[in-house]
Amino acid sequence: MQSMTVNGVLIDDTFAEAFGMRATAIIVTAPTRKWALEAARSMTGFATSVIGCGCEAGIDVELSPSETPDGRPGCRILIFAVSTDELQKQLLKRVGQCILTSPGSACFAGLEGIEPLKLGSALRYFGDGWQISKKIGDRHYWRIPVMDGEFVCEATTGLTKSAVGGGNLLFLARSHEQALAVAEAAAETMSKIEGVILPFPGGVVRSGSKVGSKYKGMTASTNDAYAPTLRGQVESALDADVNAVLEIVIDGETSEVVAAAMAAGLRTAIELGPERGALRISAGNYGGKLGKFQYHLKDLLP
Amino acid sequence: MSGLTFTLLSEPPERLDLSPLTPQKLAGTRRREIEKIRLGLSKRGLAVGDLFRVSGDAGETIVFEGGSSRFDGVGAGMSGGEIRVGGDVGTQAGCKMAGGTILIEGSAGPYAGSGMSGGRLEIRGSAGDFAGGPLAGEMAGMSGGILIIRGRAGHRAGDRMRRGLLAVLDGCGDYAGSRMIAGTLVVLGRAGHMPGYLLRRGTLLLDQLPQSLSPSFVESGEWDSAFAPLINRHLISEGILEAPLLQKGTTRFCGDNAVLGKGEILLAAGG
Repeated sequence: MQSMTVNGVLIDDTFAEAFGMRATAIIVTAPTRKWALEAARSMTGFATSVIGCGCEAGIDVELSPSETPDGRPGCRILIFAVSTDELQKQLLKRVGQCILTSPGSACFAGLEGIEPLKLGSALRYFGDGWQISKKIGDRHYWRIPVMDGEFVCEATTGLTKSAVGGGNLLFLARSHEQALAVAEAAAETMSKIEGVILPFPGGVVRSGSKVGSKYKGMTASTNDAYAPTLRGQVESALDADVNAVLEIVIDGETSEVVAAAMAAGLRTAIELGPERGALRISAGNYGGKLGKFQYHLKDLLP
Repeated sequence: MSGLTFTLLSEPPERLDLSPLTPQKLAGTRRREIEKIRLGLSKRGLAVGDLFRVSGDAGETIVFEGGSSRFDGVGAGMSGGEIRVGGDVGTQAGCKMAGGTILIEGSAGPYAGSGMSGGRLEIRGSAGDFAGGPLAGEMAGMSGGILIIRGRAGHRAGDRMRRGLLAVLDGCGDYAGSRMIAGTLVVLGRAGHMPGYLLRRGTLLLDQLPQSLSPSFVESGEWDSAFAPLINRHLISEGILEAPLLQKGTTRFCGDNAVLGKGEILLAAGG
C-alpha cells in the first residue's frame, strides 16, 4: 500500500467503506439542559453498533431554547438502522423507555423525511384512553398524561433512506496515550459536524473487527491485523513502532456529512502530528465489495 | 397579482348568494360572462352586472369594494386564492371553504366559516351565532383551517367543531364550543354562560372566567405542560396573540362530564 506523508503523519492510500442505512431524527426537550441530556444519553445508550444493539444512535447537536419547538433546552438525536422495520422498532422502544420516562421531557420530529415513522401515534396508548390528540398548524401532537404532568410527543417523525453508516478512521500511534489523544481530539472536532454521530463510547472504538471467525456462528471477530500483540504471529498491518490503534466510526444523515466529518477528523489528527498523536492514519474497508460508499483518505486531506 | 374587483354600486335590494364568485369558479371566465352570473335570490334574478362594477381579470384574488349584510355565502366552498371584502357580509361566509384566505373587513352574520375544512377566514368585526358550526342537519362543524373573529362572536361559536382553530378576540355569547367533538377554540375577552356545553373532546382557551362555568366541568388544578409554548407560539405566529397566553398558573378544567368528558377548558393565569 502506498502512503503519503502530511505534517509527518503517514496517510495510507486506502478508503473507508460504508453502507447505506435508514435513519431518523428526533428532538428531545426538557425543563433544563441537564434533563434533556439525561434523556438523550439514556436513549442513545447501548446503541453503538447495529450488530448487537439493533441500531446506532447518538446526540447530533445540543439545541438552545431558541432552536427547539417548545422553547426549552433540548438536543437532536440521530438513530440509524439497517431496515425501516428495525428502525421503527428501536425508535419506539427507546423513546418509550427512555424519553417518555424522563422528567418533564417532550419529543418532536427532527427530520422531514420521505415517509413517516410512528412516534406519538404509537406511544399514545400509554395514555390508556386519556391521551389527547392536538393538531397545531400542520403538525400533529399527542399529549399523554403522566405523573409529572403531560408527555408531549409529535405523532410522527421522518425517515431518510440516504443515510450512511460505517465511515471510519484508524489512528495508529506509538503508545496508547498518543492513540487516545488523537482519537479524542478527532472525535471532538468530528462530532461538531451537524448530521453525524459517532456511535461508540466517546466516539472511539478499540475493538475493530474483521469479517468471519474460526468459531462457528461468529460473524465477526477481532481485527488481528491491527492488534499489536499479535504482530509476528499473524499477517499484521502494523509497523514495528505502532503499539496502539483506535478507530472512529461515523454515521451520517447523508454521504456528504460523513465525508465532511472524516475530513475534519483527518485535519485534526494531522495538525496534532506524529509526536503527540498518530504516526499513521488508515481506514477500514472490505475490499470495496460490500459497501455502497467509499471515502478515500487522499480525497479528504486538508 | 391578477384578480377581479367587484365594486358595489348601491345597497343590494335583496339577499345575494355570492358563492359563485370564488377564484376557482371564475377561473378562465371572461368579464362579460361574469357579469351575467345570477346572484339574487328572489324572482328578480339580479346578476353581477346589476350590482357591481367589475374590473380586472379572473385570477387568484377577488376584492369586493363595499359590503352589505346581504352578502351571503362569500367565498363558500373556495379552495384557494384570496377574497377580501371591504365591508360587512351576511350569513355563511367561507362556508365549507377548504383552502385559501378570506378577509372580511366588516362584520359577518351567522354561520361564518360553517363546516370549513381548511384555509383561513378572518373577520375584522364581529360574527353572528354558530361561527364555525354546522348547518341544520349536518353532523359536524368546522373540521380544519383557521377562523379568526377579531370582534365579538355570537352564541355557540364552534358548535360541533371537529378540528382546526377558532379564535374570538373580543368575547362571545353563551355556550361557546357547544357539543364540540375536538379542535381548539380560543376566546379572549369575556365568554358568556357555560362555555364547552356538552363538549366531548377539544380545548377551550379562555383568558378570563366566563359568565358561568358549567357544573359538569371539574377543576384539575394548575396545568404546566410543554404543550403550552407550542400553542402560544402558534397563536402568536397566526397574529392572534401578541404575547403568550398560557403561562405558569393556568388552570385546567376537564369536561364536559355530562358527556364523554375528555375535553378541557384552560383558563389563563389571572383570568
